[in-house]
Amino acid sequence: MTASSELSDLYQEVVLDHGKRPRNFGPLEGATHHAEGLNPLCGDHFTVHARLDGDRLAEVRFEGSGCAISKASASVMTGVVKGKSAAEVEALFERFHRLVTEGPVAASEDLGKLAVFGGVHDYPTRVKCASLAWHALRQALHGGAGAVSTE
Amino acid sequence: MSSSAPARESPRPAPPLDAARLRADFPILSRPVHGRPLVYLDNAATTQKPRAVIDAVSSYYEELNANVHRGVHLLSERATRAYDDARATVARFIGAADPREVIFVRGTTEAVNLVAQTFGRRSVGAGDEVLVTGLEHHSNIVPWQMLCEEKGAALKAVPIDDAGDLDLDAFDALLGPRTRLLAVTQISNALGTVTPLAELVRRAKARGVPVLVDGAQGLPHLGVDVAALGADFYAFSGHKVYGPTGIGVLWGRRELLERMPPWQGGGDMILSVSFEKTVYNELPHKFEAGTPNIAGALGLAAALDYLTRAGPEAVAAHEQALLAYALDALSSVPDLRIVGAPRRRAGVVSFLLGDVHPHDVGTVLDRHGIAVRAGHHCAQPLMRRLGVAATARASFGLYNVREDVDALVRGLHAVREVFA
Repeated sequence: MTASSELSDLYQEVVLDHGKRPRNFGPLEGATHHAEGLNPLCGDHFTVHARLDGDRLAEVRFEGSGCAISKASASVMTGVVKGKSAAEVEALFERFHRLVTEGPVAASEDLGKLAVFGGVHDYPTRVKCASLAWHALRQALHGGAGAVSTE
Repeated sequence: MSSSAPARESPRPAPPLDAARLRADFPILSRPVHGRPLVYLDNAATTQKPRAVIDAVSSYYEELNANVHRGVHLLSERATRAYDDARATVARFIGAADPREVIFVRGTTEAVNLVAQTFGRRSVGAGDEVLVTGLEHHSNIVPWQMLCEEKGAALKAVPIDDAGDLDLDAFDALLGPRTRLLAVTQISNALGTVTPLAELVRRAKARGVPVLVDGAQGLPHLGVDVAALGADFYAFSGHKVYGPTGIGVLWGRRELLERMPPWQGGGDMILSVSFEKTVYNELPHKFEAGTPNIAGALGLAAALDYLTRAGPEAVAAHEQALLAYALDALSSVPDLRIVGAPRRRAGVVSFLLGDVHPHDVGTVLDRHGIAVRAGHHCAQPLMRRLGVAATARASFGLYNVREDVDALVRGLHAVREVFA
């Protein structure tokens, strides 16, 4: 296998697209929850803003800078968690985390848009990148404001 | 070898380094990564080890293993002699007048902490200042910060300019009546800046300020002659100079080391112990509590012997030629920006490629078998000063050849394709 074909498992078109043109990027008016995600090893730094409507996520946006994987993961996440409760986010994160650490397995079927991160498991150093925004969102939902670090 | 740190005299011009031949001495360089030949350009993080070092470590365990300074038996006697010889080898390599000035530690980080916790604690008080520079690795910042916090002292940093050179006017202004120590690197691990060390030491000493030099990056590329340099402490790590991990050296001026209190207590660092009073051992044992890293010390000595045989001047000339080749070759890559343009640079190049994050650069290069560092290089204040969160960094060692640079350039074109 050539390096470029291996790399296309990680850097899938959708990932590259979200990395370049992140969705839901910017501040969020009326946000009820915020948290920062920081990867001190590489300096990736995101702030995730969430607005809860009852116990459901009405809107999630994010700001900051990072690598293609962390940015794309944050971007896709903001879309897929919309309308979900904190418990549902937690369950989804667990399946996502299995996907990026173990690769596509039965439990990660029908992960929908998140499936584009199925190549991450082959790059152990990039798991933190893919998980960063998720950790921040979970921190926002559970711990209120604050910073979460991958280290 | 031209160096701001005085270089050892060379009786005749060094023959050019045959790096292609030396590569065969490093077993790991012939192992594939991701099914491709390894192009190892992360030498500022750690260097690979020649067979001579690996053999020194394994033959210690196979033929010599015993505790030092203890047993009356043959193995202990031989291990002790080998350990003492290793210290003498280090002393010769760095130009120390006395092997007792060579303290074996885990690495540069431990050496700096040792000085901060002993010399620093005795000489820095409330309202005093410790001076570092904007080029420092975290390991030459944080131990001083901890000391200053404890003592109510202030940590000051010599600023750098946009090129990545120290601002010497600011340095003069910051060297004040309360400055108790200057802690400065010989070479910036992030940018490759070679600091004007001899000049910095001269100016600091003229004001009576003791100087600690972080030689982690400097020793492998420039060497050092501690006697000629005139600094008070010099710290380096074995693993960055082709030796094992977990071993390093603190060299200190003998009269200072003798006045300093011990750091860690335990065996080996004592002459006599009673519950009422302990009499500390003499140098260097006073600072080497517990069973030392004997295999590491032997491996380090083997590494320094290897470097001596290769010829430090020839290595430096080879790396400078390779650096010039790399700077030229990298400038042909579209959208590539080299970070920093110091007046004198060692074999380290930090760069950015368009708006591709350095981590992504590193991942793509890795799949092509090319190892570089991506990140903040444990120098966050420096990165902030330069306005970048992270860079990709290629750093050279004595075994790197032009083909490695060519592979890097090809790899960077591949990065551009992925992120086109």
